Amino acid sequence: MNPELITRKPIKRSKKEYLALGLPAFSAFVLVGLIILLLAHFVWHGLPGLTWEFLTQSPRNNNTEGGIFPAIYGTVILVFMMSLLGVPIGTATAVYLSEYAKQSSLFARSVRFGVNTLAGVPSIVFGLFGVGFFMQFIGKGIDTASGSDIWSKPSLLWSAATLSVLTLPVVIVSVEEALRTVPQELRAASLALGATKWQTIWKVVLPNSLTGILTGSILAIGRGAGEVAPVIFVGAVYSLPELPSSLTDQFMHMGYHIYVLATQSPNAAEALPLQYASTLVLLLLAFSLNLTAGLIRMRIRKQQY
Amino acid sequence: MPEFLSKKKRSKKQIIIELLAEWGIRITASFSIIVIFLIFIFVFREAGGLIFGTAKELKPKVEKKVKESDILKPEVYNPETGEIEKIKEPESKKKKETKKQSIWENIAGTVWQPVGKEPKYGIMPLLAGTLKVTFVALLLATPLGIFAAIYTAFFAKRKFREWIKPTVEILAGFPSVVLGFFCLVTIVRGVNLITTYIQSGLDAFAAGLGFLLPFAKEYLHEACTISEFHYSGVVGGIGLGLAVIPIIFTITEDALSAVPKSYREASLALGATEWETAFKVMLPAALPGVVAAVLLGIGRAFGETMIALMATGNAALLSWNIFHPVRTLAATIGSETGEVQWGSLHYNILFFLGILLFIVSFSINAVTELFVKKYLTKKFQGA
Amino acid sequence: MAKDSVKIKIRNFNVLYGEKQALNDITLDVQINKVTAFIGPSGCGKSTLLRSINRMNDLIYTFSANGKLTIDETNVYDPDIDVVELRKKVGMVFQKSIPFPKSIYENVAYGLRLNQTPPSTEVDEIVEYSLKKAALWDEVKDRLHDSATGLSGGQQQRLCIARAVAVNPEILLMDEPCSALDPISTAKIEELIEELKDSYTIVIVTHNMQQAARVSDSTGFFYMGDLIEFDKTRTLFTSPSKKETEDYITGRFG
Repeated sequence: MNPELITRKPIKRSKKEYLALGLPAFSAFVLVGLIILLLAHFVWHGLPGLTWEFLTQSPRNNNTEGGIFPAIYGTVILVFMMSLLGVPIGTATAVYLSEYAKQSSLFARSVRFGVNTLAGVPSIVFGLFGVGFFMQFIGKGIDTASGSDIWSKPSLLWSAATLSVLTLPVVIVSVEEALRTVPQELRAASLALGATKWQTIWKVVLPNSLTGILTGSILAIGRGAGEVAPVIFVGAVYSLPELPSSLTDQFMHMGYHIYVLATQSPNAAEALPLQYASTLVLLLLAFSLNLTAGLIRMRIRKQQY
Repeated sequence: MPEFLSKKKRSKKQIIIELLAEWGIRITASFSIIVIFLIFIFVFREAGGLIFGTAKELKPKVEKKVKESDILKPEVYNPETGEIEKIKEPESKKKKETKKQSIWENIAGTVWQPVGKEPKYGIMPLLAGTLKVTFVALLLATPLGIFAAIYTAFFAKRKFREWIKPTVEILAGFPSVVLGFFCLVTIVRGVNLITTYIQSGLDAFAAGLGFLLPFAKEYLHEACTISEFHYSGVVGGIGLGLAVIPIIFTITEDALSAVPKSYREASLALGATEWETAFKVMLPAALPGVVAAVLLGIGRAFGETMIALMATGNAALLSWNIFHPVRTLAATIGSETGEVQWGSLHYNILFFLGILLFIVSFSINAVTELFVKKYLTKKFQGA
Repeated sequence: MAKDSVKIKIRNFNVLYGEKQALNDITLDVQINKVTAFIGPSGCGKSTLLRSINRMNDLIYTFSANGKLTIDETNVYDPDIDVVELRKKVGMVFQKSIPFPKSIYENVAYGLRLNQTPPSTEVDEIVEYSLKKAALWDEVKDRLHDSATGLSGGQQQRLCIARAVAVNPEILLMDEPCSALDPISTAKIEELIEELKDSYTIVIVTHNMQQAARVSDSTGFFYMGDLIEFDKTRTLFTSPSKKETEDYITGRFG
């Protein structure tokens, strides 16, 4: 009798095998379920409070009425200034890493290490850095030099500066990725036509990575808009009579607003609906930015030369 | 015959632009390194009073100094009793030393009570609290993140793969203040519900056992009480876990996907099943990446502020019970730096805590960067 | 052979990538207004030599060269030489023809506008001249401001030739210019090379022996970093003096 070479039925699965296949699948679905639950929770509770009035008015009556316009305004101005400060520096660093650096050189490796380290520093430490460096050192320096006393205080400027340092790695990583998608042949063609290195970067490489730079800025803004810890001591305040009008003004901030409402509100239960609405606004802001960045990024990756 | 190439260089303007551009970019690129140094220097500087023993408004120290001089004066005025002077001088020096040490002893203490007549800056409860929530966060995030990554990398259909990654990125994009709020309004209830059930069971158990052993009633009651607090290390830890999952998931998934396909093919060709291949070949090959993922997850949990600040109860208790409220290092900085008197010892100590956080995150990154990644690249270079 | 007719003179030229010797002691002359072809199997050093002529190899960190490579008696590796000026005089066309993602017009004008801003009428003239030289004018004259990425592969390659011609080089280097093209486009480029050699000295690297036989006046056969044989194309293909050359051109290896 000839034993069959190949058994036709699969061997009975062992318990171990069920576990090995089941646990990963279970975890993945739990994870997805968790995320859907989170999103649904905030949409469900936040949507009713999301009215035009809410987006355009100031808070009234201990945040149980009115809106959060000043907080939205403060956050938008903050992240806008942050990207003005951070994006050029981040882009230049990415250009160095992608165009100038010898990958094995000590300096290039140090820069890379610095960027990675920066990405891992807890955000609260950036807050302390903002106090210690921007306010106490630079601000105080300006004050002593000019005889004023406004620069060493918490302000919009120092908050934006602190956040721009925090989001620097986001910009660098994103822009570098975009620079690397520019085909080497384009650089070679430009150089072969007698362009210098800088001309090649300025006229060929950078224009071709504009979308990447945009993506980096958007991602950084999305990240910066949600960070609260760094701005607690350097400029965010719970309530303000007027909108900030100069660099040295303090400002209201959406994340900080949510934090204070959640933990220090005198009548937390009544403030809850508007708090959910605030949270939804912050989430929408962060996600719409991330989504835009993601879509642009996908387009870059698909772009064929 | 005219020369083919003019040896004359390009215009000066051109060369200057070229040099300016290159060096401008190089200098700007060093910004990231400089910032690392600046963070260290300036956070250190603000903690300086503590480290160099020159805190300005150190009230107890100033008082004691006055007392010391009071003691010393009569000794100087009485030259006859030279012996006593000699004996007393070292004594007072000893006192000084003990007082200098006392700042550090204070910091190494078990009570964190920075406001009050006799401020206590013991960071032990803060450290323990931070470790506790980090532990809980990892307990949740490590298995979930790694298993989900294994599923995504090896077992999932392509369609699922394509949309699970952006979905996890959504979780990564949740501002931590929102996660903290989520803990505050929902997770705390869930955790309390579960602990109440368990507690009632334990109560019954303790009552029953206490009936048999009446002398141990008190002890049993204590031993069988989980916690009477709402906000706790568990609630905060779950919140932190939510923040850590995307990090662990993404890095693990990347590492698993980076394992050369030939490994998988070779293993399958030898008759191994898909799951054997995944767990016995692919996972070990990607192990350094998984280690890096967990390390970076620890870093994130360790330094996360808002979630810890909102959901952990913020009481600096020193206990091993994860159901007790905790106060983490980051949360302490976050809640106290805004109100502290600038330049005071308390202020210095808060910055000192900042240095601790910075050093921990720096070390974690250095380890992943220098050790783990190098190991990973070495491993695959031959493949 | 009159001495005047030599455009590029290569003497005992060696190239190293780090420790690895890529070219051994190459000596050859490239005639003015002639087409010189380099053939040989992959990795034989033919592209390395081509890229040494306009110093594109400088971009590789481990690259080093010694020996002499002169154009019109000027040593290209002389420390005084401005690489950027050199590359303007020595145009290059690459294997993968990638136009800049700009308009057709901007592509051709790119090199012109690098260091000066010539009047627009002059630029117009040069663009037209270059596109005519590259036999592309008739096909694109109505859509000069359309994106260059919309052109076909063959058109893109001719655009790259026009782009190189626009800066008025004396030498054109072509690195396997037809390897990514279909036979019809290839025929067009080959025809174009015939026309271009009246104005430029052309050096072409090719995988395709028939192409070398069709378009070139002289051919060099490279193998493992050595120049095995260099002669008039007809001589090399009909009566090669070395056995390796014969083996290669008769298809026995490579």
